[in-house]
Amino acid sequence: MQDPDMGVKMRNQRLLITVIPHAMTGNDVIEWLIQKYNITEEEARHLGGLLVQYGYIYPLRDPRSLLLRSDDSPYRFQTPYFWTSSRWPASELDYAIYLAKKNIRKQGELVDYEKENYSILHKRINHTWDFVVMQAREQLRASKQRRKADRIVLECQEQAYWLINKPCPGAFDVLDLGPERCNVLSSRVALIEHSRRALGRNRVKSSICLESFMKYSEQYLHHDPIMSGCLPSNPWISDDTSHWTINTDMVGTPTRLRVERWSFSFMELLNDSMGRREFMIYLEKEFSAENLCFWVACEDLRHGESSKIILKVEEVYKNFLAPGAARWVNIDSKTMERTLEGIKRPHRFIMDDAQMHIYFLMKKDSYPRYLKSELYKNMLAKAIVPQETKKSVFPFMRRQRHSSPSPAMVTQATEDDGKAKGAGPTGTSSTTNSQI
Amino acid sequence: MCDQTFLAITFGPCDSCSENRPLMNLYIKTEPINYCSLCMEIMACQGLASGETLKSLKAESETLRKKLEEERKKLHDVELEKVAEKAEALGELNMKTRRTLKGHGNKVLCMDWCKDKRRIVSSSQDGKVIVWDAFTTNKEHAVTMPTTWVMACAYAPSGCAIACGGLDNKCSVYPLSLDKDENLAAKKKSVAMHTNYLSGCTFTNSDMQILTSSGDGTSALWDVESGQLLQSFHGHSADVLTLDLAPSETGNTFVSGGSDKKANVWDLRSGQNVQSFDTHDSDINCVKYYPSGDAFASASDDSTCRLFDLRADREVSIYSKDSIMFGAASVDFSLSGRLLFAGYNDYTINVWDVLKGTRVAILFGHENRVSSLRVSPDGTAFCSGSWDNTLRIWA
Repeated sequence: MQDPDMGVKMRNQRLLITVIPHAMTGNDVIEWLIQKYNITEEEARHLGGLLVQYGYIYPLRDPRSLLLRSDDSPYRFQTPYFWTSSRWPASELDYAIYLAKKNIRKQGELVDYEKENYSILHKRINHTWDFVVMQAREQLRASKQRRKADRIVLECQEQAYWLINKPCPGAFDVLDLGPERCNVLSSRVALIEHSRRALGRNRVKSSICLESFMKYSEQYLHHDPIMSGCLPSNPWISDDTSHWTINTDMVGTPTRLRVERWSFSFMELLNDSMGRREFMIYLEKEFSAENLCFWVACEDLRHGESSKIILKVEEVYKNFLAPGAARWVNIDSKTMERTLEGIKRPHRFIMDDAQMHIYFLMKKDSYPRYLKSELYKNMLAKAIVPQETKKSVFPFMRRQRHSSPSPAMVTQATEDDGKAKGAGPTGTSSTTNSQI
Repeated sequence: MCDQTFLAITFGPCDSCSENRPLMNLYIKTEPINYCSLCMEIMACQGLASGETLKSLKAESETLRKKLEEERKKLHDVELEKVAEKAEALGELNMKTRRTLKGHGNKVLCMDWCKDKRRIVSSSQDGKVIVWDAFTTNKEHAVTMPTTWVMACAYAPSGCAIACGGLDNKCSVYPLSLDKDENLAAKKKSVAMHTNYLSGCTFTNSDMQILTSSGDGTSALWDVESGQLLQSFHGHSADVLTLDLAPSETGNTFVSGGSDKKANVWDLRSGQNVQSFDTHDSDINCVKYYPSGDAFASASDDSTCRLFDLRADREVSIYSKDSIMFGAASVDFSLSGRLLFAGYNDYTINVWDVLKGTRVAILFGHENRVSSLRVSPDGTAFCSGSWDNTLRIWA
């Protein structure tokens, strides 16, 4: 389905007029591809190779080896009649006729797997066998009346087609596709409804949206290991896991990049468990820690087990929303009313409005102040900038790669004896603590 | 001369789908219409709101579509290429295969990273699902599913479980135990049930919920503990092939792509289809959100990858080249969103500059289609799984 938009027209080729007309060398093919698509030789060879594998070009010397050689081996274009895009899947009847022709033409010409296929077909479409044999005989007779050159060409084309469509077992089957996908016509009524809704949406100007991509990429440029490298080194390249060690959740001193990232957005701060902890400490100083606790409890409700929903809603109400609650959160009256009403029929998303209100409260108020606070500034000052590891003198000496404790093990151990187990062989330090 | 023989067109373009087919003559409120048998059946099943004839429906949907296009154009005041002119040009990218994971006996169809940045789960055509420590290339767990073509697999956020499914139409969750003697299959939990193959699955922010997409045209949200269906999402008119959860602050949406060439954005809570994009020319094989959550990229059988902006509600960039003729099967962004890695059916991986729209590099190495590609959680490397039975880590 997908590949047959390979209607590649390769005209304007240099023709080598030898006994075999309309042939070209592998080298020609590659040169032409390089020119036409402005690509490197490696890519041209790869692309040309695929053309051969899919049967659009076939080799004249050694036809069973479907490779594109970048020398003067001759190749020819397959006729459109036999293109994968026009005749796929290959019909059983056609295959039976082809094998019958081969058999009649010369006894013993069928190779092992072809003989097997032939007898399988004979059994399966036995009811058409007269037709098959007749067609085979007619086609052979018609070909005898052609010029020898034409006959050879047609035979080559046919052989190439079947080499690809019915490959030798064990050989690379290029036409292997995944499971069937089906399409259904969409209802026009639904389309109309959808278009109506879409017209009502608010849209933002392109210039604003696109600027935001520029800003984002720029901001994160130094944090992107593939683009800017990472310190001390990329573990996958140097086999040294220090980069991961110094960035674990509960490490003593965080790296500078990590602390900087907390200032990019409120979400970044909350997503990092150390950032979240620091923010909590700050809020406690400001006597507004209940906001973060409430938010965390709501997240737990939203993503937790269904069976615990009612229990959790009650807890949240008791701790945060009930009048006189120990950690009462300040939500506007409308939202509070709506939430309290909803608690009578508790479900997973009942706290969404209140949670969002508190989230934006923290984002607009507490978060900016945190970034200006002494707490944050000290964190930034303390943060380490690791040294880049010098490339080792013996580049071929591979460091030993140590395994790390599986996250699954940690949780199991925590369940087992209530304590998180220690480090692995190299002292790759602590694993994730489970927090709310 | 004698009977009333009315001239009827028996073969030609259908009034509904415009394809050349044998036609049937219908009368709808005394208007003669020519429909092919397929469209007629569909129409008969759908029913019509009173007062609407099919011709008017067709006209209405066309005008609405045009209006939508106009609205979108109004706010389109600049192209991404122009904005990206002031971005720094990228230097040469020098990525190589750093690890090759061998062990699958058949095509690798899907893979996912663990949050610990080094473990990977991968699934293959022969039903095997393997958990690797990609850094040491050791296999840590292996499960044999009772089905072939395991097209979807996912790692739980806690790292303690994996989910997978395929032709068995189900999504099953396996808790990962470290007891070597324990048979993982014994603890298997069937969570999702669809009426066709499972094409994609992912955990939401916790181990307790799974989002699945299926060949039956729907996506669904399930509760892992009880196996209950929490929400289902209808709107694709063909197989849903891929999905991705939004990283946004409110964390409430996801995008899905299907064989109907559409990419739809859904609200998890209400089940509503919030936005839709249909500019691709063929099946959409993979969708991935841009790291900020304001856009997403898609990979399609039409050999292009495209970037769609959610706030502007339009396609903003196409990543294609004449020399790329095979469908793209999988995409992912680098951590900063500047690079887009795409795996293709011609066995290569192309790296695109998201902002400038140009190709930065082409990576060779796989010997068959690249079926899935994901960047590691900390962006230090990406992993590609292929039909050549191996997975490769590139950095």
